[in-house]
Amino acid sequence: MDITVNILLTIATAATPLLIAAIGELVVERSGVLNLGVEGMMIMGAVGGFGAGYLTGSPWIGLLAAIIVGALFSLLFAVMTLSLATNQVATGLSLTLLGLGLSGMIGTSFVGQPGVRLPNLDIPGLSSIPVVGRLIFGQDPLFYISIALTAAVMWFLFKTRTGLTLRSIGDSHSSAHALGIKVIRYRYLAVIFGGACAGLAGGHLSLVYTPQWVENMSAGRGWIALALVVFASWRPWRVLAGAYIFGAVWIGQLHAQAFGIPVPSQFLSSLPYLATIVVLVLISRNKRLTMMNTPASLGQPFVPDR
Amino acid sequence: MKKLLIALMTTAGALSLAATAEAAGKLKACWVYTGPIGDFGYSYQHDQGRLEVEKALGDKVETAYLENVSEGPDADRAFERLAREKCKIIFGTSFGFMDAEVKVAKKFPKVMFEHATGYKTGDNLGIYNARFYEGRYVLGQIAAKESKKGLAGYIVSFPIPEVVMGINSFMLGAQSVNPDFKVKIVWVNSWFDPGKEADAAKALFDQGADIIVQHTDSTAALQVAEERKLHGFGQSSDMIKFAPNAALTSLTDEWGPYYISRVQAALDGTWKPDNVWLGIKDGAVKLAPFTNMPDDVKAMAEATTKKIAGGWNPFTGPVSKQDGSPWLKDGEVADDGTLLGMNFYVKGIDDKLPR
Repeated sequence: MDITVNILLTIATAATPLLIAAIGELVVERSGVLNLGVEGMMIMGAVGGFGAGYLTGSPWIGLLAAIIVGALFSLLFAVMTLSLATNQVATGLSLTLLGLGLSGMIGTSFVGQPGVRLPNLDIPGLSSIPVVGRLIFGQDPLFYISIALTAAVMWFLFKTRTGLTLRSIGDSHSSAHALGIKVIRYRYLAVIFGGACAGLAGGHLSLVYTPQWVENMSAGRGWIALALVVFASWRPWRVLAGAYIFGAVWIGQLHAQAFGIPVPSQFLSSLPYLATIVVLVLISRNKRLTMMNTPASLGQPFVPDR
Repeated sequence: MKKLLIALMTTAGALSLAATAEAAGKLKACWVYTGPIGDFGYSYQHDQGRLEVEKALGDKVETAYLENVSEGPDADRAFERLAREKCKIIFGTSFGFMDAEVKVAKKFPKVMFEHATGYKTGDNLGIYNARFYEGRYVLGQIAAKESKKGLAGYIVSFPIPEVVMGINSFMLGAQSVNPDFKVKIVWVNSWFDPGKEADAAKALFDQGADIIVQHTDSTAALQVAEERKLHGFGQSSDMIKFAPNAALTSLTDEWGPYYISRVQAALDGTWKPDNVWLGIKDGAVKLAPFTNMPDDVKAMAEATTKKIAGGWNPFTGPVSKQDGSPWLKDGEVADDGTLLGMNFYVKGIDDKLPR
């Protein structure tokens, strides 16, 4: 029983940063903006979070710093693509390159320093209940935040007027503009929200997952998050499912290897990617629904005509 | 994507290099790293060696480096660039730079080249490597003494001879203490991904291992050991700070002394391409202080380290292959060629080597 609980906890830790970053990007893409800089914002959040936590000794300040750094970094993208109408793909890619390089430079003095770790939730009495105690009441705070964030984004996008407006901008920015909606302002806020989420996901890496700073520590998780959004056809609950399927298959194959299952490890390592894509494609195969969910003006620059 | 990124980084690195213009009369020594110097692992240790050269030889030398250089066409450009930037001696620190270095060395016969972990040499191209397996034998002995369950978890990157050699040496060490010692092996197919390494460590601990060994570069696995109040070993750098209660020792690379001697030779005009495989006795492979273990285990580890420094090879017979067929006869020592191409496990490892 203990091993099952441990496996579930490990899966949750592996899935959380993917989920947080992907949910942020989902909101960005729903507003019609494609920000390929998730990896860059994530790594900036990781270095910012580690640095602030290390210097102040408080992982909570670290977490806050990760969010702020991610948001500020995405602001750069917003100014370029929204105010100056640059190409979103190129700008997003350069944001990733800049983030990877800049974080390495900022982090030079943090290399080889043990950082601080965000403590797991510990409610006296509840957290020590066998099995469910640790699963429900004993995980790291970001696990709860990631689930709450997913629920909040679902509610916001599909149950509120502002969410509806945001989606309509993503579908046709010119129509929204004609209706008098402030397209650019909405998109600014969406991009900054996405940046804050990516930063938070980075903070999870350097404050919870592996409390340390090393260059490139995000190791491609930003790209996985981006892919999750597309394969989940822009639906929050599917992003959640995707992140957890990815985490589960990943951890499962590690256990399979340790158990000594005679399947080539190279194949097992690629399994999470394959499985996630297959499952998400299967649940998203209804063409009409997918069309409906795809933001029609995704990636197109918007210049209001005067 | 990654290619593009590295190309850009290489260019950026080269530009910053040009900015630190060479001073007159100094010998310029240069390094090419495959990873970032901030990895606190393999490339970090090479860069520490470069810094030692600067410290030891002071104003007689000037150093420069390129980091994050990918193995392939980018490497050609990196070496050529350095040669044109008037580097007199260039160290390439990754196996994958081999062909690039051979090619560029032919083009610049007056520049001295050195390549780590490869096997091709030339008139102005020498090779150097470290016998990490020597240290892994000691880790195996400690693991067998310290593990209560007689089961270690081993996190590995890719099935290349260097790594297989390490697993075998570790197991021979462990079996010398406990003939029934077992190991569970997990391949993460990456040299460097802290998250994956942490997950692998958790999986291995969950399946009953109570000691962790790694042939990957980050501190993540040790940190998991610390959290679980179990033990592990550090890799490349001394990682005790990350796991003050869990780290038994770290297997570290010390390139400084070698680099200093080679740059000095270049200064003296006595440099010749050589072919060295340095071990514990040369100070290139070092074990960080033995911690968190009883005195008798520590004494054993120190004695074994001394024995290896004295010239004893961990791959000394009798040793059988995994399937039970004999490999080394009693007293027979494995030759370097076999070790450098090692693609089989020794007896007692219950894992199938991926190919």
